[in-house]
Amino acid sequence: MSASANNPQAGRALPWALVTPALGWTLLFFVLPFIAMGFSSLTAHEGGGFTLGNYSQFFTNPSYWQAMVNSLQVTAIVTVVSVLLAYPFAWILAEQVPERWQRLALMLAVLPFWTSYVVRSYSWLLVMAQNGVINRALTGSGLIAEPLQLANTRLATVTGFVHFFVMLLTLTIFANLKQLSPSYRKAAADLGAGPVRTFLHVVLPLTLPGIMVGAFLTFVLCIGDYITPQILGGNNELLMPQLVMMQIGRRGDFPLASALSIILMAVVTIAYLACARWLKIERA
Amino acid sequence: MSVTSASGNPLSVLKRHLHAACAATALLLGAGSVAEAADLNALIWCDHSDPALLQPFEEANNVKVNVKEFEGTGAGLAIVEQSQPGDWDVMVIDSIDVPRGVEKGLFEPLPEDKLPFADLFAQVKMDGSTVVGGKRYGITEKFGYNTIGFNKTKVDPADMQSLASLTSDKYKGKVAIYDYYLPVIGMAALAIGKKTADLTEADLPALKAELLKMKANAKLVGEVTASQTALATGEVDILVGGGEWVTAGLAKENPALDFSIPKEGAVLWSQSLAMFKDSKNKDMALKFIQYIMSPEGQARLATSSCYWGMPSNTKAALTDDQKKVLRFDEQPGFLARAQAYPAPNADLDKKMQDMWTEMLQAK
Repeated sequence: MSASANNPQAGRALPWALVTPALGWTLLFFVLPFIAMGFSSLTAHEGGGFTLGNYSQFFTNPSYWQAMVNSLQVTAIVTVVSVLLAYPFAWILAEQVPERWQRLALMLAVLPFWTSYVVRSYSWLLVMAQNGVINRALTGSGLIAEPLQLANTRLATVTGFVHFFVMLLTLTIFANLKQLSPSYRKAAADLGAGPVRTFLHVVLPLTLPGIMVGAFLTFVLCIGDYITPQILGGNNELLMPQLVMMQIGRRGDFPLASALSIILMAVVTIAYLACARWLKIERA
Repeated sequence: MSVTSASGNPLSVLKRHLHAACAATALLLGAGSVAEAADLNALIWCDHSDPALLQPFEEANNVKVNVKEFEGTGAGLAIVEQSQPGDWDVMVIDSIDVPRGVEKGLFEPLPEDKLPFADLFAQVKMDGSTVVGGKRYGITEKFGYNTIGFNKTKVDPADMQSLASLTSDKYKGKVAIYDYYLPVIGMAALAIGKKTADLTEADLPALKAELLKMKANAKLVGEVTASQTALATGEVDILVGGGEWVTAGLAKENPALDFSIPKEGAVLWSQSLAMFKDSKNKDMALKFIQYIMSPEGQARLATSSCYWGMPSNTKAALTDDQKKVLRFDEQPGFLARAQAYPAPNADLDKKMQDMWTEMLQAK
């Protein structure tokens, strides 16, 4: 007989005791800062009185609005391209690579995770620079006469992001594929479905939750990332995190930075609600 | 049947561990604060974190200098606001922003008789910013120019004597712009014949037009590292807003990099040292400022591994080679043609930053 059975009060308290650190952590480092940020966003930078001006600036200044449009466009491209690259990769790992080699193959697949995010971004800058590996190879082989502008473009930003998120998505989709019982495919085959039909009508729908979880994580991490667009994009367009940082550097306009951050968070929340309702990822 | 004793009750165990953890944390924090009291805590720019600069001072005074780097006055002042009074002893700050710290009641007046003001280049004393209410709160330690940095083997150096070259088709796609709105707006002002000190809101449309022309020619707009890398690797041949702070440190590896002070002039940047009013270590803070302003400290700061710049002390103990790279002997002429950083009020500052945002977003 357990102690909690003898002492029902202790039995009820134990789960709370175990969950308290996590709740405390969330309260201290998410809820309270978020409330503080909310208050800050409603405060005037000069004078400190109540204002909705920080929010209205976002909706009335086309440059600010454009930053959100840019962020959504880049994030959408990165998410779609990453899924399209990661799915076949994860499928090959799960279905084609022998079981005993899968762990090694997976480790090799995520090897780039082991390098620093900043170093990886600067490496891409050197690869895509005017005198970088790609342009040298193209000009050296005579395919092009003049180097292409690859670095400091949206293409560079997307490439840097995709390199990172393909690994993340591969992990989530791989885990989903491995959980899929082989009996589903056998049943489809018994009913006369070919491999393509089985994949389209059985495997793909059943792995959609894994795709959506990965895609949502990609969306969240990508839309809030400052480093990659800052290093690879050449500031030829601003994304939301860069716009937020701009308010802090010299002028220390934390109220406006807070308002922009909350707007960004609202967009992420909408994306989550859309995903959760559509594919019920909470049951994945 | 098992019986759980009081000592074995999970809640009691958790409580005991929490008590122990709190006690350990308190001890650690206590030890930390004692250690900090004996140290000097400095809010700095990256050029002050060079061990070659700090070590001689630490060894001579048996003190540890704890540094925290920041970028931008707003970020620096935010760190101070989030700290306890007395946490910080000295701060490096844009000379034009010294009044912002004074307004917040952060800085201690500096004893002019204990610092080498007579040895400074006259034009960089920046009394308009560093003296507030008749008291001096900052001393300029380093300066330079936001002007045209270029690779002299890739461009015609004669072209670099005019700001008009920055917007000419000849250099389209060969230009990078330093991503800091105040100095580059200052350069745009010089290009359209305005004085940086006289800029008003009415000048913004003309400034914006000039910035957009620059952007149309530019391959990238980059912060310090990105713009320096772009010029050094040949990604671009010209850096708008560049100067000795980009080219001098790379002179050994890349002697082709140079800077010009065009006929329209250049924008003078300068950084100051200030002491915190609530410092618990004011004697050591003053010693640190005296060391940085000494001929030896000035030479080390001027040639810091993060970026080079002109020492404000004319007696800086630089070698002949270092002076040549920094174009030390040409300074009187350069200073005569340089104009101060634009120093807008809060409202104009915001409008200038928004104009810069528009420029960045322009296709």
